[in-house]
Amino acid sequence: MTLRRLFTLLLVALQLSACGQGASEQKPLSRPKGGAPAYGDALITGSIGEPNTLIPLLASDTSSHEVAGLVYNGLVRYDKNLKLEGDLARSWEVSRDGLTITFHLRPGVKWHDGKDFTSNDVLYTYRVTVDPKTPTAYSEDFKQVKKAEALDRYTFRVTYEKPFAPALASWGIAILPAHLLEGKDITKSPLARSPIGTGPYIFKEWVPGQKLSLEANPAYWEGRPYLDRFVYRIIPDNSTMYMELKAGGIDTMGLSPVQYQRQTNTPEFLARFNKYRYPASAYTYLGYNLRLPLFKDRRVRQAISHAINKEEIIQGVLLGMGQIAHGPYKPGTWAYKPQVADPEYDPAKAQQLLKEAGFVMGSDGILVKDGKPFSFTIMTNQGNDQRMKCAQIIQRRLKRVGIDVKIRVMEWASFLTNFIDKGKFEAVLLGWTIGQDPDLYDVWHSSKTEPKELNFIGFKNAEVDRLLIEGRGTFDQEKRKRCYWGIQDILAQEQPYTFLYVPDALPAVASRFQGIEPAPAGIMHNLIKWYVPKAEQKN
Amino acid sequence: MVNYLIKRIIMLFPLLLGITLITFTVIHLAPGEPVEMQTAMSPKVSAASRARLREFYGLDKPLHVQYLRWLGHLAHLDFGRSFAPDNRPVTDKIVERIPITLKLNVIALILEFGLAIPIGILAAVHRDSLLDRGISVFVFVGFAVPTFWLALLCMYIFGVKYSLLPISGLHSLGYERLSAFGRFWDFTKHLILPISIATFGSLAGLSRYMRSTMLEVLSQDYITTARAKGLRERVVIYKHALKNALLPVITLLGFSLPGLIGGSVIFETIFAIPGMGQLFYQGVMARDYPLVMGILVIGACLTLVGNLLADVCYAVADPRIRHGRG
Repeated sequence: MTLRRLFTLLLVALQLSACGQGASEQKPLSRPKGGAPAYGDALITGSIGEPNTLIPLLASDTSSHEVAGLVYNGLVRYDKNLKLEGDLARSWEVSRDGLTITFHLRPGVKWHDGKDFTSNDVLYTYRVTVDPKTPTAYSEDFKQVKKAEALDRYTFRVTYEKPFAPALASWGIAILPAHLLEGKDITKSPLARSPIGTGPYIFKEWVPGQKLSLEANPAYWEGRPYLDRFVYRIIPDNSTMYMELKAGGIDTMGLSPVQYQRQTNTPEFLARFNKYRYPASAYTYLGYNLRLPLFKDRRVRQAISHAINKEEIIQGVLLGMGQIAHGPYKPGTWAYKPQVADPEYDPAKAQQLLKEAGFVMGSDGILVKDGKPFSFTIMTNQGNDQRMKCAQIIQRRLKRVGIDVKIRVMEWASFLTNFIDKGKFEAVLLGWTIGQDPDLYDVWHSSKTEPKELNFIGFKNAEVDRLLIEGRGTFDQEKRKRCYWGIQDILAQEQPYTFLYVPDALPAVASRFQGIEPAPAGIMHNLIKWYVPKAEQKN
Repeated sequence: MVNYLIKRIIMLFPLLLGITLITFTVIHLAPGEPVEMQTAMSPKVSAASRARLREFYGLDKPLHVQYLRWLGHLAHLDFGRSFAPDNRPVTDKIVERIPITLKLNVIALILEFGLAIPIGILAAVHRDSLLDRGISVFVFVGFAVPTFWLALLCMYIFGVKYSLLPISGLHSLGYERLSAFGRFWDFTKHLILPISIATFGSLAGLSRYMRSTMLEVLSQDYITTARAKGLRERVVIYKHALKNALLPVITLLGFSLPGLIGGSVIFETIFAIPGMGQLFYQGVMARDYPLVMGILVIGACLTLVGNLLADVCYAVADPRIRHGRG
């Protein structure tokens, strides 16, 4: 799988995808069927969006990375427990000072066109990534590299200016074939439509707007995948996709909470499909514009958090298919600190805090301070029903403690340009995806508060700044953990966001597929080991 | 007649230029830029790489320069390259989607006219009868029912429950391995639901229009004369009345020409049909200027040509227009 980049804003409802991972909770509700592993059959999956380009370096959408992730490999990848392991690199060493990483590449790996994979491919991938002419969103991590060199055919070494912890994970970037791209304009390369990689699946065809087909790579270094074909059907409507699933037109899709809870508990469905459930790598939050005098007061933010019943939101919006978010990390991962002291649901405490902050109850049931009623607008983007419902539930709860909330929903582009970038908002209801590496420099460091940067709420905290820099400057996981746990304590106190919930990913897979192994990384991590017993093969 | 035609054709060019100027301005007035759509909220994009992307797409130039540049390309029939990350030529993107949109729309248009005209005549001839009322109810139900709802309902009944028809898409899996007839049948099966639902929804407008023009003609003196001279009712209606009642319908046919390459977003999304509607919608959402402009220019051309054709047909049919009188 391609490493999911940190924090790309979560726009679409979660789908079954490579980015789903976390503490595992399997719910195979149908009886397990027997049968020995066998080659054959095809997995047909549905996707709302069509990939843009199959050169992952140039892609910024989930669909592109999902498909390209099966065609290409990186040097490293996250295993099912979200630990880094070698992919195209057999092993690696980080020098004592943390400045140099030496990768030992796997010999004998071949590109799908039969050429050998060597360190030259890695070097090319690095060069094209940092080339100013390449329109890519992934060059930042690689700009920290001082020197990259191919020591021999199967050894590759990078040197950094200063120790940079996210560096190792950044080499999960898909390695591109130098022999097909070197000296050519990557933006016009035919590989965008028919990629050639080193991965478990070989690209076969792309019917625009309809489907993409991949075929098993018989010479894959981890062994030939059992499933002969992988078909990625483009079905832009969720209801249609669900009907296709029921009619057998696709084998797997991510269910919505309603589908999971209310529509798929028939014996017929449960006999034909296995449902899985695990936390998705994403959270939804209510963020405050800290530049406004209203939200500068920490007590006000704490009071709002106290007034919001997160459990109620999870029940109402997700039908219980999610858990409370206490901070920016995914429960169960090493960076996540259990039991942080964030504000619990307690309207009385909220009222008391607001009183301390100088608000008095007005005659119309709205709090007033200095003659001004406590009223603000929550903005969110159009097309996300869950966020809309969430805002409405918050609106009702805050009304009870005397805060008047208005809701404004806006088209994404206008929302970003006219409001977020210009800092013209009061509160926003948005979500982040949670990256595998816990570095959160871009979202919380005080230097990232300029327009178009990600700390758009204007959070500035010297201690958090220090911990962020310390955390990304060491490869020692224990030290990093201390930093990130410290940050979570501060965020719990400060409440620059009210962290709302981490939703669950809810994939359903046709029950003829065996060998699925739910893990913190989700279910797709061992796709090449999935199989259908001979007797049940369909396609 | 020839003069009239030449005059009309010459007029098309300034019109087209005006349309491109206005659409170009409007699309650039919308907040957000393609670069932003690709890089916003992504922590790994620096201001420098954003600037580079803008330069790559030529967005750093003043608007009039961008327009003239685009116009220059257009003069060579080049719509430029898409601003989406795939950076493909806009022409390719449009060309791969036009055939299916065109097929669907032409079939739907033929069905629509083929059904709506007889329905309209029938309703007019049997005015205020039970048949007329029944037809009214039927076509208005089609008009009023939300397409997406009806589509989902039909998918459920015909696709999931009885497995008679495929639910979405254009081809079944394994389509490549079918015989020529098998392919045709497979494709037809995929089109049945979308086309019938599209047609059902559009019957109301045209059939009502047909009914009212027919009624108008039927109340005219020459029809009374025809009846008075003892002609059979059939001849009166289908020979004398219908000819004149069909005239305004020609105009409608002309107007539906640009519609042939347009598609409904909701419809295409539900049936997973990769048509022009989706392409345009995605283009607008991603602020993919060249793509949006390309589709708009084609649409504008077709609208202008459609109007011209309608006018010409009218002129052929109606001497008053042809000779510039009346």
